[in-house]
Amino acid sequence: MIRVISAEWRKLRRPTLFFGTIGASLFFTGLTTTFLYLMIDSHRGNSDRGRQVSREVLNLASGSVYGFASVGGLLGIIALCVFAAQTAQEYTYGTFRNLLVRQPGRIRILLGKLIAMKLFALILVAIAATVSISLSYYLSDRAKVMTALWFTSAGFHAIGQTLLNVTISVIYFGIMGMILGLLLRSPISAISIGVLWILIIENLLGAVKPTFLKWMPGNQFTTIAQGGSPDVSYSHALTLGTLYVLVGAIIATVLFTRRDVSN
Amino acid sequence: MTTMAISVRDLSKKYDSGFAVSHANFEVPLGTICGFVGPNGAGKTTTIRMLLGLISPTGGTAAILGESIKHPDKYLSQVGAMIEGPAFYPALSGEENLKVLATLGGFPLERVGQLIKEVGLEGRGGSKYKTYSLGMKQRLGIAAALLPNPRVLILDEPTNGLDPEGIQEVRDLLKRLASQGTTVFVSSHLLSELELISEYIVMLRKGEVVFAGTMNDLLLEQQPVILVRTEKESDLQKIIEIAQSDGHQATIRSGVAHIEGPAEWAGTLNRQAFAAGIVLTQLAPQLPNLEETFFEMTGDAK
Repeated sequence: MIRVISAEWRKLRRPTLFFGTIGASLFFTGLTTTFLYLMIDSHRGNSDRGRQVSREVLNLASGSVYGFASVGGLLGIIALCVFAAQTAQEYTYGTFRNLLVRQPGRIRILLGKLIAMKLFALILVAIAATVSISLSYYLSDRAKVMTALWFTSAGFHAIGQTLLNVTISVIYFGIMGMILGLLLRSPISAISIGVLWILIIENLLGAVKPTFLKWMPGNQFTTIAQGGSPDVSYSHALTLGTLYVLVGAIIATVLFTRRDVSN
Repeated sequence: MTTMAISVRDLSKKYDSGFAVSHANFEVPLGTICGFVGPNGAGKTTTIRMLLGLISPTGGTAAILGESIKHPDKYLSQVGAMIEGPAFYPALSGEENLKVLATLGGFPLERVGQLIKEVGLEGRGGSKYKTYSLGMKQRLGIAAALLPNPRVLILDEPTNGLDPEGIQEVRDLLKRLASQGTTVFVSSHLLSELELISEYIVMLRKGEVVFAGTMNDLLLEQQPVILVRTEKESDLQKIIEIAQSDGHQATIRSGVAHIEGPAEWAGTLNRQAFAAGIVLTQLAPQLPNLEETFFEMTGDAK
C-alpha cells in the first residue's frame, strides 16, 4: 500500500499540478476572506449567495475561521477536479494498464490513490486555513472586527472544528470526483459534469424548490464545511453526505474491479 | 518446476460482436523468443491483456510461469510488459515516469538510470515525456517493461516507430535477454525481424491459433515456392496458366509469380516458358519465408 501511495504522490507533486492547485485555492481563499471583511457593510452581502455576515458574528470566538469555512465549498470543487483528473487520466493516457501490471491488486491501487490524494487535500486545506486566518486577522482592524476571542481556547476549538469540517468536506468532494473519474473514464467529462452539477444544477433545483437543496450531495458537502447552515443541519449533512460517498464508492469500486482494462 | 513460461489452454474472449480470441492453445518454453503474429484484429492484444490479468477470459485458462492467470499477483512481479504501445504521463519526465512504476513495483530506483542508458535515452531521461519522438517513447516503454528484470517479457509491437538502427538495437537486446534466460513473447508486424530472432511462433487468425510451434517446423511445413519474373510483365499471367495446368498453385505478388512446387519443377517450367516464347529474368526456387507463410496461413495473400 505504501508503494502505491508513494507512486501516486510522485504524480501529484509535479510542480504544475501542485503549485497550480495551491495557487487556485489561495486565490479563492483570499477572495472569499477579503470580501467577507471589506464588504462587511455592503447591503449586497459579504458571504455565500449574498448572505450578510455581521461584525457581531465575526467578533465571536469562531470569527477567525468564518472566511475559511465559507471557502470550503470552493476548495471542495478544486479537490473534485484534481481527484477526477488524476483518476480519469489513467484511462485517457492508457496508464492504468501499466499500474495494474505492476500492482494487480485493483482495490489496493484505488485505496493508495485515494490516500495520496487525501494527503494532497490535507496540504491544500492546511495552507488555505493558514492564509484565511492570517488574512482575517490582518483585515479585522480595517473592518472594525474585534479579535479578542479568536485566540482563546474557544477560538482554537473553533479553528480545530472548522479545519476538521472543511477537511471532511474537501475529501468528500474529492471522492465524488474520483468516483466520476472512474465511472466516466474521461477527465473532461468527469470534471465538467461534477462542476456543472454542483455549481449550476443544484442551484437551479434549489431555486425552483429550496427543499431540494436539503438532499443534494454538493450542498451537503458545502454544509459540512460550514458546520451546518440555516437550512440544513450539520448532522443531516454529514449523514447524507457520507451515505452519498459510500454508495458512490461501492459502485465505482465494484465496477473498477470487475471491468476489463481495454485501453 | 514448470518448463513452460506461457501455457494457454482453450483460452477465449467473447464479446457481443463475437469471439476476439477463440479456444486458443499454445505453449512457450522458458528462455526462448516466441513471435506472436496475426493480422490486425486477430486477437493478439486481447490475448496479451488476458495473460496480464487486465481482461478476464470468458473461457479456458492460461498460466505464466506455472501460475494461473486468475492470480496475476503471483507472477506479475516476474513479468515485464509493454502492451499496445507505450503509455506514460505526458507532464512527467521519462525518468520520473519510470520511477512511478519502479516505486509501485518495489524495484530499486537506481535501476531507472541504468535502464534509461540501456535503451539509449541517456541525456533525455529528464525531458518531459510529451517532448519525446515516437521512437523515444517506444524505448521508454521497453525500459518500463525491463524494470522488474523479468523472467518473462511480453512486448506488443516494440519496434513501432523505431528507425532501422533502433530496430537492430531492440533485436540485439531481445537476443541478449533470451541468452540470459528471459523468455520473450513478442508481437510484431515486422515479420522479417521476427524470423531473425524467434525460435517459436504463434500465429493467430480471426481469434484462432493457426500455428503454434517452432519456426523451423512452420517453414518446413510449407510448400517450397518458385519465384518467377518475366521480361514482359504481361507474360506473368501466362506463367500462372502454365503452372496451374501442371497442377500447381500460383499467384502474382508485386510483379513476381509465386508458384508452389518442388525445386525440380523449375526446369520443366523453364522449358515450357521458352516454348511459349516467354523470356524469364528470374527463376528462383526457395523455401517460403515467414512473411509468405503468414500471408498463406492467415489468408491475407496479396
